[in-house]
Amino acid sequence: MLAFLARRLLIAIPTIILISIFVFGMQKLLPGDPVLVMAGEERDPEVIEFLREKYRLNDPIPVQYMTWAGNALQGDLGTSLRTQQPVLELIGEKLPVTLQLALMALVIAMAIGIPAGVISAYKKGTWIDWVANVVALSGLSVPNFWLGIMLILLVSVKLGWLPASGYQPFSEDPLQSIRVMIMPAFVLGTAIAATLMRHTRSAMLSVLKSDYVRTARAKGLREHTVLIKHALRNALVPVVTVTTLIFGELLAGAVLTEQIFTIPGFGKLVVDAVFNRDYAVVQGIVLCTGIAFIFMNILADAAYRVLNPRMRDT
Amino acid sequence: MTAVVDPHAAGADPALPKKRSRAWAKFRKNPAAILGGVLVVFFVLVALLAPILPIPGPTETDWAAVRKAPSAAHPFGTDEIGRDVLSRMIWGAQASLLAGVVSVLFAVALGVPLGVLAGYRRGWTDAIISRFTEALLAAPFLILAIALAAFLGPSLTNAMIAIGLSAMPIFIRLARGQTMSVMTEDYVESARAIGVGHLALVRRYILPNIFPPILVQATLTIATAIIAEASLSFLGLGQQPPAPSWGSMLNIAKNFLEQAPWMALYPGIAIFLVVLGFNLLGDGLRDALDPRDT
Repeated sequence: MLAFLARRLLIAIPTIILISIFVFGMQKLLPGDPVLVMAGEERDPEVIEFLREKYRLNDPIPVQYMTWAGNALQGDLGTSLRTQQPVLELIGEKLPVTLQLALMALVIAMAIGIPAGVISAYKKGTWIDWVANVVALSGLSVPNFWLGIMLILLVSVKLGWLPASGYQPFSEDPLQSIRVMIMPAFVLGTAIAATLMRHTRSAMLSVLKSDYVRTARAKGLREHTVLIKHALRNALVPVVTVTTLIFGELLAGAVLTEQIFTIPGFGKLVVDAVFNRDYAVVQGIVLCTGIAFIFMNILADAAYRVLNPRMRDT
Repeated sequence: MTAVVDPHAAGADPALPKKRSRAWAKFRKNPAAILGGVLVVFFVLVALLAPILPIPGPTETDWAAVRKAPSAAHPFGTDEIGRDVLSRMIWGAQASLLAGVVSVLFAVALGVPLGVLAGYRRGWTDAIISRFTEALLAAPFLILAIALAAFLGPSLTNAMIAIGLSAMPIFIRLARGQTMSVMTEDYVESARAIGVGHLALVRRYILPNIFPPILVQATLTIATAIIAEASLSFLGLGQQPPAPSWGSMLNIAKNFLEQAPWMALYPGIAIFLVVLGFNLLGDGLRDALDPRDT
């Protein structure tokens, strides 16, 4: 296992370097000279030269990259133009908000997606399976920001049951925090529930055909014991491989959900940064999500090997 | 020893036309796939016929009819400056479909050659392309698209480039894997044995055989790309006002939920239906083209 992890981490290094080159290269896509924007309307040549020196823009591009990457390695991803805070600090501040949203969404997604996948596979070919598939496909096809808008209209505007926006830190008032976050989490969770349902269903279908399930049934075990203890436990193993897919969906979905429900999290940070031309923040977020994604991938692979003994010797 | 057949006489895969007619027969028997096809054709027709349909212009304002509920004159109501919502939706279909199709074509045009090259050459070429793909795959689709749209500047064209670049790694991976599997087929080995050149081998034997899975993936990716365009336009990074797009219509509509809920209702239903159409079509094509199920 340790050798496996070491090998995967080693392979991850060139990928991380490439991501950093992409992220650094993004600022070179910007039309015009960023220094001219920073220098203000007067465009004093001395100020321009000072800024060029300060941001080392007179250096050749590979040197600029090395300086930037060297700083990034030490945790310095630059400073936000808008708040003057270090980018990493800003990300660290907003991350817990998004983590709470993502965690709640994941619980909702699992509570809907896994049982729906199991029942759909067990009742394959019946109307129950058909309905579950239609609902899952609809979940994948509905834009979650629209679902959010519709829920605000129904639950907040028409019925007045839940607040349409805002945020309450969990540490201050857990109940109110969950009340404020439940609707956004549901919106974010539905798309993931659809993905989970489709994967659980296909994994369950192949497990239900296997010999050990037939043996368990032949032993006279009760059907729900066969389903839960024998089939589902094994069917969930391949579902682990979609963890990174779900991680990506959660992050991307959070950007839109936080925007609709005005939740001050990671997603809102990136959108605000885009509109304020706070490029260091945008770069920092892409770099951090990219690296987190690679580590999630390695962890998912490692978990898959732990859960699936046949993979351990490969 | 592998038998040498004349690949020129045999074609890419001797059974290809037969497989295609069998796939078509299977596709026709799948009502969900047909429904998907009908939805897609409907929206394509709506988008194409927009200029000749008897509707008001999408940017035509009527200050006497601001935020009017659906009526005979305006079946889907009017928006905050009196523009006809139906007309904007019909014209908005052009932006959505264009973004979906063009960005996926862009992703296929860049991704498939790279994937085939990696699968065909293997070795260092494969290692470099694979690391490049992993790096691109590492950033979640929408985050990468948002970041690229931010740096390129907000416009529909830049949104399409951003979505296309974000979707490209899926096609590199798929084309690479498929090429590797086709390369082990007897007819490819035979063609190589009789000295067919690299380019001819790729054009005549590899591309036709990797086409079906790429078509399925492209159809499903169009669905994702349409949602991505709507999301970018919703965030203000796609189609710029006053040009209509479903995403930007929803962006404005969210400010008038109490006064004019119809502004948010219909564009969302349109996105849902067209995305559902491409998803059903993609699933249907996958089932029809899956050789394991024949």
